[in-house]
Amino acid sequence: MARVVFAAVLAGLILVSLGLGAASLAEDGAWLLMVSRFPRTAAALLAGAGLALAGVVVQQAVQNRLVEPSLTGTPEAAMLGMLAVTLIAPGLSVAGKMLVAAASALAGMAGFLALAERVPRQDPMLLPIVGLIYGAILGAVATWAAWYTDLMQYLGIWRLGEFSGVMQGRYEWLWVVAGLAVLLYAVADRITILGLGEAQARSLGLDFRQTRGLGLVIVSVLTALVLVTVGAFPFVGLVAPNLVSRWRGDNLRANLPLIAGLGGTLVLAADVIGRLVGHPFEIPAATVFAVFGAGVFLWLLHAAPGRSHG
Amino acid sequence: MIEVRSLTYRVGDADILKGVDLELPEGGITALIGPNGAGKSTLLHSIAGLNRPAAGTVRIGTLDPFAASGPARARTVALLQQTPVAVSRLRVRELVAFGRWPHHRGRVTSRDEDIVDEALAAFALTDLAGRQVETLSGGQRQRAFIAMTWAQDTPWMLLDEPLNALDPRHARDLMARLHRLSRETGRSVVIVLHDINAAAGWSDRIVAMKDGRVFAHDTSTALLRPDTLAAVFDTPFDVLEHKGRPVVVAR
Repeated sequence: MARVVFAAVLAGLILVSLGLGAASLAEDGAWLLMVSRFPRTAAALLAGAGLALAGVVVQQAVQNRLVEPSLTGTPEAAMLGMLAVTLIAPGLSVAGKMLVAAASALAGMAGFLALAERVPRQDPMLLPIVGLIYGAILGAVATWAAWYTDLMQYLGIWRLGEFSGVMQGRYEWLWVVAGLAVLLYAVADRITILGLGEAQARSLGLDFRQTRGLGLVIVSVLTALVLVTVGAFPFVGLVAPNLVSRWRGDNLRANLPLIAGLGGTLVLAADVIGRLVGHPFEIPAATVFAVFGAGVFLWLLHAAPGRSHG
Repeated sequence: MIEVRSLTYRVGDADILKGVDLELPEGGITALIGPNGAGKSTLLHSIAGLNRPAAGTVRIGTLDPFAASGPARARTVALLQQTPVAVSRLRVRELVAFGRWPHHRGRVTSRDEDIVDEALAAFALTDLAGRQVETLSGGQRQRAFIAMTWAQDTPWMLLDEPLNALDPRHARDLMARLHRLSRETGRSVVIVLHDINAAAGWSDRIVAMKDGRVFAHDTSTALLRPDTLAAVFDTPFDVLEHKGRPVVVAR
């Protein structure tokens, strides 16, 4: 039943998103759909799915539900990489820029992991706070670098995720998310085992470090892809996996599609709401989502451990 | 048989294990006792191939746990660590089924399903199979993790202080279960215990560790003597006899 409702909501959102905009679909409808409305809808779904998947992988990798990529310094590190490319090699191909962003995201993630291994585990709130500070430091460096090089505008675009600029030819990199989602599904059991902790995972014969490394490479690529094409969306990686975990548990073999679907749905909903509230003007989807996401985050911090429904 | 030779394990400048030599025959329950910091848990992790030693060797039958592939090792020896991750929202059956992972690596067979069912039944979890681990009581949760380790179906099963946080009823129940299961299946269990009487009551042999070394290794009755225990724990004990079994009382 819940799944039917979920599918219906998603279908409704897609229809609204395709029909919504300043121009009417009555004239040149097919062209408009192909060039603008479909790319925008697909971008929101793919970005949301990618961020949600990145979130659950980080959470399993460090065995902490309260972290997500934006609480690990990863987007800030990717921004630093993009700033460097813009300064040093502005003529680099999009693929090259994407690669640099992913590599610097990975370096940022490695720094976070080094911190995480030194943070005591007794209090799960400690790690997200450490990650927040680490990200803020990297972000400050990025701001400083952008200020001195007159690139503040770029930083502003990356920092605030939104979809108004998405058009055919400018979002297609996000389809890589779909490929990575398939790859993650293939290793879903291994990612679940990561969540049991290093000793348990190794006792089950899993190469813990190699598997975690693979997971975090995927997270870095996902984060960089979304950041570079549509900007940063805090909370998505936190909210979608946690809602699914409370609803359906932690078995990723069963739940990864749901996590990706919920992430996509939530981001698309945020985009649709942002386009409806002040029509014909728009509120960035990341801003809309932050209001909702912050609320859910507070609820997650305070809610009692969920009871199961057997 | 497990053979440990001159095993040394170091953290920084501190020697946690100082040349441990130990031979454990197959079958039955071996209890590992000793004061805090004696190196019991470290030895267990080393036997399982999870702590790479500074020197020395470990053989489980012919298997070298440090050289073997992860899956080969995990089909020979299973370790349950002291405090398993408690917040898992896996269902009990899903958790226990992960014990089969070294065998199927993602391709579950009907034999895997059968073994999971047997493990659930062996640890009285069949009725709880659909519950999330997070919602179980401490005793049930510990049983679920042990059932996962059992489902790994290894000749050797290593348990690090499984009685922690269990009340007397659940502790007794667990030891009785392990005793019966190891008799029925011929599988060998090595278990770190702080409760000397649990070791006295249920184990076939006891290894007493002190200060990074094996201090004594013998059958339960032979090892549990006041002088040996006093030397291991640096505290006086009386050993009484009750229904043919030694009972240890701190003086």
